[in-house]
Amino acid sequence: MKPEVVGINSSNNTLLRVEGLKKYFPVHRGFLQRLAGRIKAVDGVDLEIELGSTLGLVGESGCGKSTVGRSILKLIEPDEGKIIYGGQDISGLSRHEMKPLRTEMQIIFQDPFGSLNPRMTIGTSIEEGLRARGVRDRAKRTKRVEELLEMVGMATGAADRYPHEFSGGQRQRIGIARALSVEPSLIVCDEPISALDVSIQAQIINLLNDLQAQLGLSYLFISHDLNVVGYLSDGVAVMYLGQIMEYAPAQELYENPLHPYTQALLSAAPRPEPNDRGQWATLSGDVPSPFNPPPGCKFQGRCPLVEDRCREAEIGFYEPGQGHKVRCWKF
Amino acid sequence: MATNQDMLLSIQDLKVYFRGNGKIARAVDGVSCEVAHGETVCLVGESGCGKTVSALTILGLISQPPGEIVGGRILFKGQNLLDMTEDEMQKIRGNRIAMVFQEPMTSLNPVFTVGDQIEEAIMVHENVSPAETRERCVRLLTDVGIAAPEERLKDYPHQLSGGQRQRVMIAMALACHPELVIADEPTTALDVTVQAQILNLFAALQKKMGMSLLYITHDLSVVAKIADRIYVMYAGIIVEQADASDIFHHPHHPYTQGLLASLPARGNRGKKLHSIPGQVPDPAYKPSGCPFHPRCDFAVTTCHDTLPEMCDDGKGHLSRCPVLYELRYETGGGRDQFIQ
Repeated sequence: MKPEVVGINSSNNTLLRVEGLKKYFPVHRGFLQRLAGRIKAVDGVDLEIELGSTLGLVGESGCGKSTVGRSILKLIEPDEGKIIYGGQDISGLSRHEMKPLRTEMQIIFQDPFGSLNPRMTIGTSIEEGLRARGVRDRAKRTKRVEELLEMVGMATGAADRYPHEFSGGQRQRIGIARALSVEPSLIVCDEPISALDVSIQAQIINLLNDLQAQLGLSYLFISHDLNVVGYLSDGVAVMYLGQIMEYAPAQELYENPLHPYTQALLSAAPRPEPNDRGQWATLSGDVPSPFNPPPGCKFQGRCPLVEDRCREAEIGFYEPGQGHKVRCWKF
Repeated sequence: MATNQDMLLSIQDLKVYFRGNGKIARAVDGVSCEVAHGETVCLVGESGCGKTVSALTILGLISQPPGEIVGGRILFKGQNLLDMTEDEMQKIRGNRIAMVFQEPMTSLNPVFTVGDQIEEAIMVHENVSPAETRERCVRLLTDVGIAAPEERLKDYPHQLSGGQRQRVMIAMALACHPELVIADEPTTALDVTVQAQILNLFAALQKKMGMSLLYITHDLSVVAKIADRIYVMYAGIIVEQADASDIFHHPHHPYTQGLLASLPARGNRGKKLHSIPGQVPDPAYKPSGCPFHPRCDFAVTTCHDTLPEMCDDGKGHLSRCPVLYELRYETGGGRDQFIQ
């Protein structure tokens, strides 16, 4: 029986839905800067985040996961596709029209050193969001800043200090407080713990979990670390060269990975168990460049199961199980 | 346990300080560590704990000033490396002890081809003909799993991917059949699938060539994969040392216990992660006594002013925490009763 090709279908409490998102970056070469080709950073991504849940977006460097995160916030203008936030298509909105929505969606960046203005006190940085929301009363703002700092586990005296006085973990907390200042519903977390020490990572993960329980936040959690994503997420999307390869509820994905790439990623991710020794299955080669990729399946160059038909046409999604979608013929 | 003479490398009470701005950063503050023949030893710790400084000191790569080797010995096959002249060190560095660095892009010279750089490593140490050198380069690149090695030798570093560059670095390190390879976070900058390839490669090469490996990392999952023995470092000192499975199944030091319990895994979804409060201390402002005491749940008053001794459980598992040592012998329990 031939499996049915399906798209992502939506349910009622969907907060954000992304359909067919594409972002190509042009590459100019030579003296005349002629267009040499396009880097297909994001090439048709569909996602869905439910209210109060966490979607993990996993992939290796250069797979386009950060570009997806930024396109959703329209920090990067997507080339094609729809971004539907709370029922409203925001993909065509201008910067001005986006402004009220900025209080709905926020982002936490990977690098807590680069994302805070070194010449602003922590208080001023966090206050900016409040000003943007039109909180004019200074006393109110100061009070709110203190509340926010307390919420992320910082001493209230921190408001008058500068970013360089804080460690990486503390700066990440400040970044979270700043994102929370506008009371968003959705936070895009772009590798928020990768730059932190192991003992600090757990603190930030717990904080993100607590805040979600307290405030009913939804997260798009972008990471390359499968262990962290498996711990935090309700659903997981695995990305490779600009496309989602597999999309499933977290438990299902980890217990029953179907796509050869997901299987390879899971077996390559070391787990902290000393009995898990010896040689383990690996993919050959590196992630290819997304510059003018060949037609057909994006994973064909490294896939152990590759066939001729994989090289011919783009492969759609197959749905072998409830809510489990995979971009591979085999299913 | 083997005696010092049998050890390939034996570091004894090494102290390396850095001076600057009127402050003294005690980066390495009394580290002792041993590597036997053919063994893989992992040095684990968070950033700033002194693991890289320890490695650089072994090869004599600490610039003095601002660095200063205040005390200790580094015995390589019984010879103290710290007493050697620069000329004598040259003969050892890259020849008998080699190093693989974290950042393959910055450790390869961008204006020379890969072939030139590997050849240089061989020609500095051995008197061989150019033809033979080239042939050995090809063989080395084949060994580290690079396809079409003749072609790649003519490439410049920027033409290679991150994984290939790291393979080239490993080929350079292995060029003169070293007895000890020091790898400083060699896979941290790489993707997981490439990391798995490189770790497999280390294991295969070690089997083939029988060298010892001192592997420095912050990633406990990688450690679990490759280590025979583990040293856990915190703020310039070793806090625990034991066989790999002992560390993971029965960690004795509160810091190791905390680190292991704080690792997220899909198995403990929904449960709150254990987290170590506070943060890693700045090497210039280290707490007195046991440097971990401000973050430790078990700290007693003596921890505040005296650095605890290593406590041996009699089976080669050493931990710098007398509090838990006594507790363990009173109750005879394992790891679980301390955490939660």
